[in-house]
Amino acid sequence: MTFFRQVAAIVSKDLTRELRTKENLSAMLVFSLLVLIIFNFAFELKGVDLATLGPGVLWVAFSFSGILGLGRSFAAERDQGSLDGILLAPGDRGAIVIGKAIANFIFISMMEAVTLPLFIILFNVSLTWLPLVGYIVLGTIGFAVVGTLLSAIAAATRLREVMLPVLLFPVIVPLLVAAVKITGGALEARPFDEYAGWFNLLVAYDVIFFVVALLSFEYVVEE
Amino acid sequence: MIQTLKLEKTFGYKYALRGVTLNIGAGEVVALVGPNGAGKSTLLRILATLARPTRGRVAINEIEIPAGAMEARASIGYIGHQTLLYDDLTVAENLRFYARLYALEDMDARIHQVATRVGIARRLDDVVRTLSRGYQQRAALARALLHRPRVYLYDEPYTGLDPDSSTFLDAIFNDGRSEGASVLFSTHDFARGLGMADRALILRGGKIIYDAPRGEWRDADGLSQVYAQRVTA
Repeated sequence: MTFFRQVAAIVSKDLTRELRTKENLSAMLVFSLLVLIIFNFAFELKGVDLATLGPGVLWVAFSFSGILGLGRSFAAERDQGSLDGILLAPGDRGAIVIGKAIANFIFISMMEAVTLPLFIILFNVSLTWLPLVGYIVLGTIGFAVVGTLLSAIAAATRLREVMLPVLLFPVIVPLLVAAVKITGGALEARPFDEYAGWFNLLVAYDVIFFVVALLSFEYVVEE
Repeated sequence: MIQTLKLEKTFGYKYALRGVTLNIGAGEVVALVGPNGAGKSTLLRILATLARPTRGRVAINEIEIPAGAMEARASIGYIGHQTLLYDDLTVAENLRFYARLYALEDMDARIHQVATRVGIARRLDDVVRTLSRGYQQRAALARALLHRPRVYLYDEPYTGLDPDSSTFLDAIFNDGRSEGASVLFSTHDFARGLGMADRALILRGGKIIYDAPRGEWRDADGLSQVYAQRVTA
């Protein structure tokens, strides 16, 4: 029970801080919108089929913008020295990474909620909302969990802004490929069976990295 | 109670602590002094479970760490070089956050009690970054006392405090002693820091080179002489 109370405390604290400062959210939103606009103009000039490239562009916008927020997740704790404060709490330190991952998931989802409608307008795609939103949520869970864990590692290094993308992108390649394939399938209204394998990969990825984050965090933050 | 046996900590090839053996009983207030780089902060961080020892044994209230760190942390109150508070939250929001981390049942009552004890009750709704250094340190004290710790580990707690706040800190140590807590704090300020100490340790090059009760060094001047002979000389 203490574990869940600690998770709730960390989520609530991160949300309060972010809603007060709006540092991460505003940066993520502006960046994701810029990515969409730049891709839109670049592809339109060359006469590329936007519906085909759209899923890739969408996930580039999500992941590049999301990394801005993830980078600050533990860096801000380190800078203020408050990380020691939460590490001093009794109980399983896995609660810290799960709490942080949930908070990051919420921030990234908020950015995605603004980015997705703009994507539909700019890329002129028609979509069925329900499965697509579910797939995006599934991809975002894995992205937030892995990103949070690696953010804790990167925050302990001097070149943290450089380290996080270098560490994160190789690890999330399977997630991004699966997410793009599923998003493409949903956008083109193809039968689920055609991309069920990618869906299963995404689910497995989320489960595996959730467990990895929970078990390894203690060692990640150890001096 | 704080116990260490032949405690060692290395960073690469560099020794931060070398064979530190220590025993601090309940109700004992111990001052830890030494030059910069002597290993004071490292020792306190290991005892607070924030760093892992390379070799040797450590026990907090007879719980071996790091194996029993999850349990031991509930009885540790730690103050570091930073306040461990969130600058953009109010004092009350910070304390409520930590109260939830420690799963305190009587959260609001306890926050008010501790805030009153450290003299920050009127500033509970102030954002931390708007407070003076002295009040921030009081808020840090409130955080460290919130969960009723049995072991106080304070790293240079007198730094940046005005005389009033220092008197507060002395009172906190005194309360801790009478409640049977074990107190270990580091200080560079002999004049202010040693008033409450029952015992003093001098750490140099990661080793304890002096460990004596107040009777041997009497007061700040007495310990300054010992320090000059053993460290400065």
